[in-house]
Amino acid sequence: MNPDVAVPEAPALQDPTRFGAFGGRYVPETLIAALDELEAAYAEAGQDPAFHAEFESLLRDFVGRPCPLYRARRLESAAGAGPIYLKREDLNHTGAHKINNTIGQALLALRMGKRRIIAETGAGQHGVATATACALFDLECVVYMGAEDVERQALNVFRMELMGAEVRPVTSGTRTLKDATNEAIRDWVTNVEDTHYIIGSVVGPAPFPRMVRDFQSVIGREARAQMLEAEGRLPGSVVACVGGGSNAMGIFHPFVGDEGVRLIGVEAAGEGVETGRHSASLSAGKPGILHGALSYLLQDDDGQVAPAHSVSAGLDYPGVGPEHSHLRDAGRAEYVSVGDEAALGAFHRLSELEGIIPALETSHAIAYLLEHGAELAPDGPILLCLSGRGDKDVAHVARIEGRGSIL
Amino acid sequence: MTVPIQPDPAATPSSPISRAIRARNDRGQAALIPYVCAGYPDRNASLDLLLAAADAGADVLELGIPFSDPLADGPTIQRATFHALEGGMTVAGALDILREFRSRRDTPVVLFTYLNPVHHYGMDRFVKEAAEAGAQGLLLTDLPAGADATLEGAAARGGLDLIRLLAPTTSPERIPRVAEGGGGFLYYISRTGVTGARTELREALAREIEVIRARVSLPVAVGFGISSPDQAAAVAAVADGVVVGSALVDAMTEGGAEAGGRFLAELRRAMDAVPRNLDAVAASGVTTPEG
Repeated sequence: MNPDVAVPEAPALQDPTRFGAFGGRYVPETLIAALDELEAAYAEAGQDPAFHAEFESLLRDFVGRPCPLYRARRLESAAGAGPIYLKREDLNHTGAHKINNTIGQALLALRMGKRRIIAETGAGQHGVATATACALFDLECVVYMGAEDVERQALNVFRMELMGAEVRPVTSGTRTLKDATNEAIRDWVTNVEDTHYIIGSVVGPAPFPRMVRDFQSVIGREARAQMLEAEGRLPGSVVACVGGGSNAMGIFHPFVGDEGVRLIGVEAAGEGVETGRHSASLSAGKPGILHGALSYLLQDDDGQVAPAHSVSAGLDYPGVGPEHSHLRDAGRAEYVSVGDEAALGAFHRLSELEGIIPALETSHAIAYLLEHGAELAPDGPILLCLSGRGDKDVAHVARIEGRGSIL
Repeated sequence: MTVPIQPDPAATPSSPISRAIRARNDRGQAALIPYVCAGYPDRNASLDLLLAAADAGADVLELGIPFSDPLADGPTIQRATFHALEGGMTVAGALDILREFRSRRDTPVVLFTYLNPVHHYGMDRFVKEAAEAGAQGLLLTDLPAGADATLEGAAARGGLDLIRLLAPTTSPERIPRVAEGGGGFLYYISRTGVTGARTELREALAREIEVIRARVSLPVAVGFGISSPDQAAAVAAVADGVVVGSALVDAMTEGGAEAGGRFLAELRRAMDAVPRNLDAVAASGVTTPEG
């Protein structure tokens, strides 16, 4: 045991850059001014009714919100549990929850007068959502994507390019989301004066985790109201997949104060947590510093970041949002993990049962429900964040299952 | 005529790093501060480069402890870092290199790394062992001033100077706050961006350094992108110290520790040949020589 691996204490509790002891702003000096500027712009926008009005009207007219809350009766039968409701983020424009955040941050970039946007992407959903927002607002867009993910997610690469974004494959390190994020931060450090970095999850230095959560919490606000409308009561449990954790944080946040509601985050166990080839930071990591924040992190005995693994590119990340680390340590949320095989199984099951092809990321949450739904049911209705659609994964899954290359 | 900077009594008393830089400045010269990646290309070669650097006239040395995600570094140091990690370099291994170096040379050493390996090792334990191994300073690229009082205080508690960075984006009002918890010298990043050799220096460098100097008493060293003797000389004309990293790694890659030492000796000669008249330079705004 290293005594200093324990997180810092009391002074951090009052710190607006933190969640409990987690979070903070561990970045090169060059970025401090940009983070201060972003924080100020975000605070100012928060006070500006015109900003809220524009954000909300874009969410309605461009993204297609509110998205439905759908009761999945055949899934209920298969899981032996019910009622189960799916929050249909897959029905948003671009097919995932990611667009909620990119619209919000692009509006902020406009307020700050920054016309060049960079982003990192794993599965490509955040990259597509960023490229979309940039096309909408006529902003220059560069997306960093691990070379391995460029292959796994060829369809999304082409979608980004169609909308005018430049996709830069990243060949350093593990060639996945972690390294794409490193490269995006390097770009930001270099071009900070005219560039805004749209981080795609509730990770990174303050104010990103809080800001992205706020933009994504529309998921939970809508779902909470829809659930009350449909069932006349709050859900007994809320289930969502967790990579960086933005869809989970978005749906959890409005329920954090509802003590009776269980919050369950599902991480990627990859080939099994015991094999070391997984992405389950909260289940198997230790507090550490990566990409600007203190949070649970997969790392080796020498404090080097350990490569993550998951069949789903979007969960293939060794860190996790700091607010999840806080909710975990505070005992407010539970974090479990589901492996590649079960996730692939759930990908098929939901497609067959409900005519909904879920993203591989989301499939982890579905798999958890198929296995443990019956244990959750006595607590009340189950709310699951169907964070994205699986069209982007179809070619990848076909390859894994020996159907050859279909794209 | 050359007007040597007088050492500021407030900055010099106890820090061996500040003293080494000011001693050089007193001779009308700028300090040379090379960066060496521990374990690149292997343990012994990096130790040899430290020794060669000390013998080539380095005043302070930076010993880099490799980290898997060096997000403030450009391609050259990234490659050196990954190579070192693949070769099995560890935090303890880097301290071991330092210990052996210290048994053979007196040149002050700053350990240069990212927060996570140190945090994982245990901040207080690391600082204690680093000081025992012979380090005088610690530079953590991702621990900016004000980020974490507990961690920032650990270096000073353990007797190491915390080397602080300033960037072109650092506001003038923030400069004294950055300097406050720091020691040894202030490392001014000569342009926004990651580490790496570059062919041009910012025109505004002299003026920017003047803004810093007006607010702090620590020596100001400049780094990030200094790759040639001409550039080193241009920076030496206006700064108290010159940090060279990626270009030294490149020299090492091509010709080993011996070539690294030769490269530094060239920089040393070029730097020492340039007159340091800091007031005049600041007034004229002239920063770069021909070439």
